[in-house]
Amino acid sequence: MKFLAMIAVVLTGGLLIFHTGAFPDFGDANSPANTYLSPYYLENGQADTHAPNVVTSVLADYRGYDTMFETTVVFAAGLACFFLLRRKQKPGDTPRMYRHLPTGVTLHIKEGGTLPAEDSAVFRRLDSEFVPHQIIIKNTCRIVIPFIQIFALYVVAHGHYSPGGGFQGGVLLAASFILYAISHDLRRAIRRFPEKVAALFGSMGVLIYAGTGVLCLLFGANFLNYEALAPLLGVSPVMARSHGILIVEIGVAFAVMAVIIWIYYNLSSAGKHDEGL
Amino acid sequence: MNDLLPLIADKYNYWIYIVLMMLGLYAMIGKNNLVKKIIGMNIFQTSIILFYVSIAYKKGGTLPIIMGDAHGGGHAAVHAADYINPLPHCLMLTAIVVSVATLGVALALAIKIYRQYGTLEEDDINHQIRMQAGQ
Repeated sequence: MKFLAMIAVVLTGGLLIFHTGAFPDFGDANSPANTYLSPYYLENGQADTHAPNVVTSVLADYRGYDTMFETTVVFAAGLACFFLLRRKQKPGDTPRMYRHLPTGVTLHIKEGGTLPAEDSAVFRRLDSEFVPHQIIIKNTCRIVIPFIQIFALYVVAHGHYSPGGGFQGGVLLAASFILYAISHDLRRAIRRFPEKVAALFGSMGVLIYAGTGVLCLLFGANFLNYEALAPLLGVSPVMARSHGILIVEIGVAFAVMAVIIWIYYNLSSAGKHDEGL
Repeated sequence: MNDLLPLIADKYNYWIYIVLMMLGLYAMIGKNNLVKKIIGMNIFQTSIILFYVSIAYKKGGTLPIIMGDAHGGGHAAVHAADYINPLPHCLMLTAIVVSVATLGVALALAIKIYRQYGTLEEDDINHQIRMQAGQ
């Protein structure tokens, strides 16, 4: 098997190396990839969409249809993880650990045992594996997380003028929540950002994107042609395209944030949403 | 020999991506452990991203963010040769996020398989499937 794999890999690599001589040199400005379509984007991108960052205008305007389905793929991946892994379980199905706070005694409650109330002030739920109380990590994350989220919002909102946009900002927002889940525990993160909210935000993001396209259709233009939104937004057609990019990027940020948090919940707890990393 | 040296020096981005791609492909086919196969898939995706980003590069080009008056509406003439190609960057931007999402699905499938068979080694799983089919 390993031998056959080696032969297949060497054949593929040999074929690629054999044809590399026909490829353009590294950094060649006149290569086919750099000559036909991309000069148009560079020369007219700002005049068409009022966005100096050409990557953003290509992403959300010229190739908006493609990006809509990329967002849908991300959302579908979140749904796939949910359907593959999620297991509902009743509170008494597995053994649980609790700490009685006034005495400091740790209780191990077996299957079917009586559990304390969920919001009990006297008992605190513990992970079944010993986790030391890391005060430095918890407090550092508590200070850092709001700044990460503000930076993420900046990245989303400033995508027209600097490197950024919905995908990057959404991932940063998701990373701040994952940092919270790692530094505290998974149950507390799920209480802050429940699974249902994640599902709602994910579908809402895709809906914002597709809804913008349908709105353009209703105004009599092509799907995702934001110029049609100019009377609605009260600006010139070029500015309408700029605002349309921003609306769509916000939808992408919602979808990406919610889906990555959702995938993390399902993967880290193997679908139980009970104990995780 | 005189032809070979510029071939290697001028096109070194392709050599790097081919080596990474072969590494990833070998891991996907030849490795026995499913997690190692998933890591191979990730290396493969990274090599494709490197390939796309490297063909976007132009010598002397800068970021595809149009310089000058940000609110002027782009009246000054823009020379396409001064900026690197934005299109591959845009494609790879979405590809990175989609690769994270597919990685999530692949790991979810690996967890599911581990729950079913108690192992992530491919030959053990095949052995168990054959034993079940034989009974």
